Formats: sequence, structure tokens, C-alpha cells
Amino acid sequence: MSNLLARYADAAFWMARYVERAENLARVLDVNETFSRDTRGGRNWLSVLQLYDDGERFHDRHDEATAAAVRHFYVLDPENPDSILSAIRTARENARTLRPLISTEMWIQLNIFYNRLRALAPEDLSEPRIARLCSFIKESCQAHTGITEGTFYRDAGWSFYQMGRALERADQTTRLLDVKYHLLLPGPAAVGSPVDLSQWNALLRSASGYHAYRRVRPSGMTPASVAGFLLFHDDFPRSVNACIKALGATLSDLRTRYGLAGGVQAMAEVEALRGSLEGASIEAVIAGGLHEYIDGIQVRLMAITDGLGQEFFGRASAGSEAPQAATEG
Amino acid sequence: MNDKGAAGLLERYDPQGYFCEMLGLPGQPAGFTRPVWERIGHLGLDELHARARDAALELYNFGITFTVYTQKDSIDRILPFDVIPRLISPEDWPTIETGVTQRVTAINLFLHDVYHDQKILKDGVVPRELVLGNKNYRPEMCGLDVPFGTYVHINGTDLVRDHAGRFLVLEDNGRSPSGVSYVVENRHLMQRAFPDLMADIGIKPVSNYGHKLHEALAEIAPPGVDDPQVVLLSPGTYNSAYFEHIFLAREMGVPLVEGRDLVVEDDRVYMRTIAGLEPVHVIYRRINDDFLDPEAFDPTSMLGAAGLFGAYRKGHVALANAIGTGVADDKAVYAYMPRIIAYYLDEEPILPNVETNICCEPEGLKHTLAHLDKLVVKPVGESGGYGITIGPRASRKELEACRKQLEADPANYISQPMVELSVAPTLVETGIEPRHVDLRPFVVTGRSTWVLPGGLSRVALTKGSIVVNSSQGGGSKDTWVLE
Repeated sequence: MSNLLARYADAAFWMARYVERAENLARVLDVNETFSRDTRGGRNWLSVLQLYDDGERFHDRHDEATAAAVRHFYVLDPENPDSILSAIRTARENARTLRPLISTEMWIQLNIFYNRLRALAPEDLSEPRIARLCSFIKESCQAHTGITEGTFYRDAGWSFYQMGRALERADQTTRLLDVKYHLLLPGPAAVGSPVDLSQWNALLRSASGYHAYRRVRPSGMTPASVAGFLLFHDDFPRSVNACIKALGATLSDLRTRYGLAGGVQAMAEVEALRGSLEGASIEAVIAGGLHEYIDGIQVRLMAITDGLGQEFFGRASAGSEAPQAATEG
Repeated sequence: MNDKGAAGLLERYDPQGYFCEMLGLPGQPAGFTRPVWERIGHLGLDELHARARDAALELYNFGITFTVYTQKDSIDRILPFDVIPRLISPEDWPTIETGVTQRVTAINLFLHDVYHDQKILKDGVVPRELVLGNKNYRPEMCGLDVPFGTYVHINGTDLVRDHAGRFLVLEDNGRSPSGVSYVVENRHLMQRAFPDLMADIGIKPVSNYGHKLHEALAEIAPPGVDDPQVVLLSPGTYNSAYFEHIFLAREMGVPLVEGRDLVVEDDRVYMRTIAGLEPVHVIYRRINDDFLDPEAFDPTSMLGAAGLFGAYRKGHVALANAIGTGVADDKAVYAYMPRIIAYYLDEEPILPNVETNICCEPEGLKHTLAHLDKLVVKPVGESGGYGITIGPRASRKELEACRKQLEADPANYISQPMVELSVAPTLVETGIEPRHVDLRPFVVTGRSTWVLPGGLSRVALTKGSIVVNSSQGGGSKDTWVLE
């Protein structure tokens, strides 16, 4: 059997990333709606804009960050490349490129999912319905993940798919943590206030980590322990550490199994990142500046993507134009 | 639906004097279709409509679609599917099978000849200018030998039936005939939606097309290559036939590549994989000759691979179909096909042509101009049903426009009498009505020739229309060759 086409590897990697991205966005919107509704009003929706660094792009087109406008911007706005609709459209385009490779079930599910999103009307985003809509999106993304797990032939394409998913998950968790940390710790005085805790609670729920966290720490909740959990915990599947471990294992297995010479640069970046995660304590990280630490992680994540792009996907270098289907994150 | 209603549904069906694929000639009912026809009656109109809706939804969800691009958006459309199958009798099929095989055999001999000794031109059977001056003639192919002398590995011959039920060849498609994916997918769809209609009826299977195609493609691999790497070369996801490219790649289990995946080094073709460059031996290409290699043909092409033709000339890679086959499926060369068959095979055509007037010949032009209102005038260089003037249905203004075009550039046209295309019962909103159909059997040739049982039945869904092309409101039907 021939080796995987470079373009397919690229498309599998980005298909996974875009579905994962859509799922995370749905989590954020859902939790923001459900858990932070009453405390700070409109500010909460601004935080979503901040999370994705979209404030400027949003305000170019909207005067005010009303709940309805932000929801539309992130769910259905076809002009916003980071909306759920756009993410699933790109995932579907990659799936279309991958049709010869992926299972029919994978394709059909993504195709139906995208067509359903396209058919949504503004009233489906109204406050009473948004939670249900977010559930639908999350479940559809999870159905994709499950169908893929259950039907995707285990060749190199599967490895690239898994790497894309792990990388995007790690990236989303760092973003979540970064923006919340800044927002939630405006000054030393605010630490430990009830508002603060409800926000950290929401943060954990955004990452589907509340219950896992409670199992590890049955009582109490501190910003530091939540941050530590999301960054370093070994067994929580959305922690940065767990994602990077999984990514490293997949990459290493891929190179051995197919005798690939490529991937040296990406592997070195993974190792470096793992080193910085494993030795770290959350207290020291916070003392040195959590934001700077997270910045460091994100730079490494980009370097991994860049390494994979150059050594496997035949992309020129960071920031170079993405091939038609895959599309740069 | 009760028996009375069921009978009513069928009784109201009137082929209006045309040859009917289900009922045969008036007064001579086609017995072999009876069980299927009766079952359709028993299903009743509501049930047929319900299942037709499900089938359309399924096609949409499966993404068995072609993409229509507007300025702002892209829209996925399904090829309309009619749930009432088109049946071919066990007696008719061998005629079609041997007829299209004969035709492909002659076409391959013709292509070999025009790219080698040009005997047929020297003997004056086909006018020299018609071949050598044809825009699809590729002088670059002269003297080049292809495995088994096969140029057209995949052929689609469009057949119609006249008022007497006689199969006639309407045109040959020897470049990149499309539609085979619908043949197989339509069957799968019918198996899911109408198991009761098919129960206990022997129908020749179509699902081994991919296997047969791969077999033929592997046969034409360069000598000495034991386990050839076959790929399908597509223009990409934006091509309207992309679904078919996916289908073929999947059915054969080969990579679907685009030009940017291919590299030619030292006259050998490689594809870019995660492990670097890997050799490619056979390319089933679904892009035109012009776009294959910017160094050899259209220099602006982004779809092919630079240097591909050099590798092909050296015999390091096989192409299916070969380069330069377009000269054989030209509408003007078509008119000579009976003579071409006789010349190479010393046989009568098993499937006759539709009588054709060649307008570059004085008598052909004269006849055409004198009978414009009775003839169908077709430009020779177009496909997809574009540019056709149907005399009996054209307005005076349209006829005048046609006459002007003919006088300005006669060599660009042929004309044919209007064939009373056969009809097949087709589900419409209010019941079952006759609609005109054609048939495109698919013929695969490597070392030898194999014909996919049946083919694509295209149906002109617009009442009275005889244009079956999907770009002009055509749909398709599942085609059953009965055992």
C-alpha cells in the first residue's frame, strides 16, 4: 500500500482541528449562557470576544456586544471565519477532499451536520433555545469523533487526525485559561470573592472538567488549582499536558511505523513542550506570570503545527498560504 | 392502495405512440417487464412519492451531488433521480454488449492508425482534413505505441431507441465519459428503497465496476511493474464531477490526486506523500488533454503536472484514456463510423448510426439547409447538449439564426433527422407519464473489453423534451438488465 498523500495528511489534521474548534466554541457559548448569566450582564459576552481575540473584528460590524449579536457572530455568521458554521464548513470541505479515504458514515454525518447548521434561522439562537442548540452542536461534533474512532481505517491518516484533535484541544484549553485568568483576577482584592468562584466554576464546565476536577479535589476550589488542573493533570483528556502527551505518542508511533524521516522538528517541539509542562508547578507558573507561560505554550503549539506542515504536508513555512481545502488555523 | 386504484395508475399511463421501455410497441406488450410494472401499480402513487422523497434526501445527505456555483454561493444539487427503473430484456442486452464492444474495437484501431500509418486516410475512407485538421488530433501522439493498442480504456456510447425500438448510436464519448457513479449509486439506492420491487427478479449486478476498472488499468502499467500504483487525477473539489472522482477512487481503492500532488523527475511520475515522493505508474485522468502538462500543451494549466507527457512518451507512465482520443468521438468523425467499422473489422455495425449529414460536405450542407425545419443541427465541437437546434421545435427566428451559423461555418455542424426517442414511465406529481430516455453503456478496455451491464439511463424530465443532459434538466434512472 502506498503512503498517505501529503495533501490528505494535511486535510485530516485540519478536519479534526476544525471539528474540535467548533465543539469548544459551543461549550464556551453554552456555559457562558448557563452559568454566568446574572452577574455581569453584557460583560460576559465581551469575554467570549476576548477569548478568541475577536473584539476588533466584531466591532467592525456590530455597534454593541449584545447577547444576540455575539451569538450570531459565533454560531451562524458565514463571514466570520471562526464561527461554528465556518468551522464546520471548512471541516466538511476537508472531509470532501478526504472522501476517498474516510468512511462513508463520517462523510454523511458531517454533511448532514453542515446542512442542518445552514438551515438554522436567527430564532434558533434565541435565549431560550441557545442551550439546546449548543447541545446539538456539541453532540454532533462528538458524534463525528465517535464515528471516526469507530470507522476510520488506522493508517497514517488516523494519526494525523488524532494529532490535529489533540493540538486543537490543547490550544483551546490554553485560550480558555488565559482570558479567564485575566478577566477573573482583575486585582488581588477580587480573588476569592463569590463571583470569582462562579467564574472558575464556569471555566471548568467550559472544558467539561468540573466533575473530573471534583473527583481530584472533592472540596474547595482555588484559581491556582483550577489552572493547574487544566494545564498539568495527567488523566484529564482536555488538559494541555494530556493532549501533548497523546500528540507526542501518536507522532512517535507514526514515524516508527511508517519509517518516516520527517517530523524531526515537530517532535523536538513536542519534547520541549512536554519538558516544560512536566517539571512545572502551578504556583511557580503563576508567580512568573501565567499569561507569559501560556504564551510560551501557544508559541510551541504553533511551532508543532508548522513543523508538521513543512515536513509532512509540503507547506512552505509558517504563515504561508494554506492549500485550498485545509485552511490555516 | 387497492387494486382498482393500482390498475388506474397504470391504465392512465399512455406512451403516446412512442416506443416505451416498459410497454414495448403499441399492441405488442413487452412481457419481460410485467412483474415489475404490476408491482409499481400495487405500490400506488402515494407510496411511490414517499419513497422518491426519501431517495432524494438520501442522495443529498450522501453528497451524491454536483455543485452549481453562483457569484455568491455554491449550491449542491442532486442529479434528479426517477424511481421507476428502466428495464433491458435478456434478448436486447447481448446486442448492446457486442455492439458497443465492436464500436470500441474499431475506435481503438482507428486511433492507432491515425497516429501511425494513416492507412484509412490514404485509402480515402475518411477525409484527411477531418482528422488531421481536427482540434482534438494530437500530432504529439504520432508513432507512440500504447499497451494493447488501447487508446480508449473507458468509453461511454450514447444510445437511443427509435420508434420501432431499434437501438441507434447517437454519439461516442471516448475522452472522459462521466456518469458511471450514478449507475452504481442508483442501484444501491434502489436496493435500499425498493427491495420489494426487486425481490426474486434476476438483475445483472453493477457493483464490480471499480474492480473491473482497476484490473484494466493495472494491465496497461509499464512493463516490469508488478504491483502498479494507479491513481485517479481530478481537477479538484470544485469540479462538478468531483463526486464521481471520489466514487471511482474509492471503488478502486486508489489515491485521488490533483496536479499539485504530482511531480515529474527524470521522465518519471511521482506523488507527494508524507514519506516523500512515491512512483506512479497508471493515471486515470479526468482532465482534458489540454490541461495535462503545461510544458506540452496549454502552458497556463494549473491542473496537470509539468513533464507528464515526457514520462508518457517514454512509457514510464500509462494514461487512461490515452491522449488524443477526442479525434474519434468527434461528431463529424461519428458520421464515418459505419465505414470505419467496415474498414478495420470487415463487419456491419451491430448498432447503426443515426443517419448523419456532414455539413462540410456540399451535399450534406445543401440537404441540411433545405430541410432545416425537419433536422436536428449540432455543432461538432460542443458537448452537454449545448448549441443544438431542434428543427421541428424551433421558432422561425431560431431557424434563421441556425441557417446563418451554418452558412458562416458549415464545417462546424452536422445534422440528423429527428429521432423519435423512446420513452419510459416516469413519476411526476400527478401520476406516471412518459418521458424520453437514452442509454450510456460503459465499456472498459485494457487487454480485453468488458461492458458494465446496463449503463446510465438519462431521462428528460421536462415534458416533451428530448434533451437528457443534466445541465439541461435531465435526470437518471436505475437500469436493470434482466437475467
